Amino acid sequence: MTGVWWGIVLTVVGCFALKIAGLSVPERVLDHPLTVRVGDLIPVGLLGALVAVQVVADGDRVVLDARLPALGVAAFLLWRGVPFLPMVAASAATAALLRLLG
Amino acid sequence: MSRLDASDRAVVADSLGVAVAVGAYGVSFGAIATASGLSVLQACALSLLVFTGGSQFAFVGVVAAGGNPVTGAVTGVLLGSRNLFYGITLAPLLGLSRAQRWLAAHVVIDESTAMAVTRENRRHARLGFFWTGVGVFVLWNLFTLVGAVAGDRLGDPRRYGLDAAVGAAFLGLLWPRLSSARARVVALVGAAVAGGLVPVTAAGVPIVLGGAAAVLLGLLLGGEAGRR
Repeated sequence: MTGVWWGIVLTVVGCFALKIAGLSVPERVLDHPLTVRVGDLIPVGLLGALVAVQVVADGDRVVLDARLPALGVAAFLLWRGVPFLPMVAASAATAALLRLLG
Repeated sequence: MSRLDASDRAVVADSLGVAVAVGAYGVSFGAIATASGLSVLQACALSLLVFTGGSQFAFVGVVAAGGNPVTGAVTGVLLGSRNLFYGITLAPLLGLSRAQRWLAAHVVIDESTAMAVTRENRRHARLGFFWTGVGVFVLWNLFTLVGAVAGDRLGDPRRYGLDAAVGAAFLGLLWPRLSSARARVVALVGAAVAGGLVPVTAAGVPIVLGGAAAVLLGLLLGGEAGRR
């Protein structure tokens, strides 16, 4: 089991190094016009990717299940202007109910 | 920190909602880690010290499959590379001092980034980042311990629709940014590329490549379509 501990130490050091490196990029790089434009685009592209992976991925497989209608409910409620937390709760309840029935 | 007004409290409430939905997944991680042969202490050490879900699952997955723990570590760190890009995006939004950065770095994850990048001002970005990051940290570790000790007895968080809740939260954060046709195209391309890559790449990679493809397309569109 000592091997596992070495693996854990390596993972800890590597993952933290990536996090602190990103936060420590110098300001002159951040002020560059290209960085600003990319910074505008990242949330949109990233959130699009996160939604897709969260809703269709099951490990390395694409699985279409109760998450898809739950996302549909979320989109409908957002379109109707329902606030964030009730919208999220209704989406979760939709998936839970469909799984209970299915 | 100064007192919170109504708009601040809304950011904090949204952040805690996301923290509950995501933190509860610690049960899955704890249960899977101990089922894979790790001790309770090792499962908790990963959640406390690595604290980036995808990397933790990757490490445990490799070890469970009989792989070398060093291979598991390399896989985990590669998956954690998206946190590098999150940090670059967060740095100008949060405006942290050098000392603050070392504390903040530990809670740079998918959800804390998502809850910060959509805010209109620095104050709300910081509130979203810290409440989500620290909230997920506390609950993720608590539930890792519960899952590691109790094993599978609590059942799958998916039964309660928590996986759908996280997808809905990401969509809710994306929604206000979809006002222009260009933004809608960028988001759709990010989603399509990421979804398409799920079966052919390791977990975590589709998010990075989908996001990158969407940003590249946005830059190309920018030259012709003008401002968003």
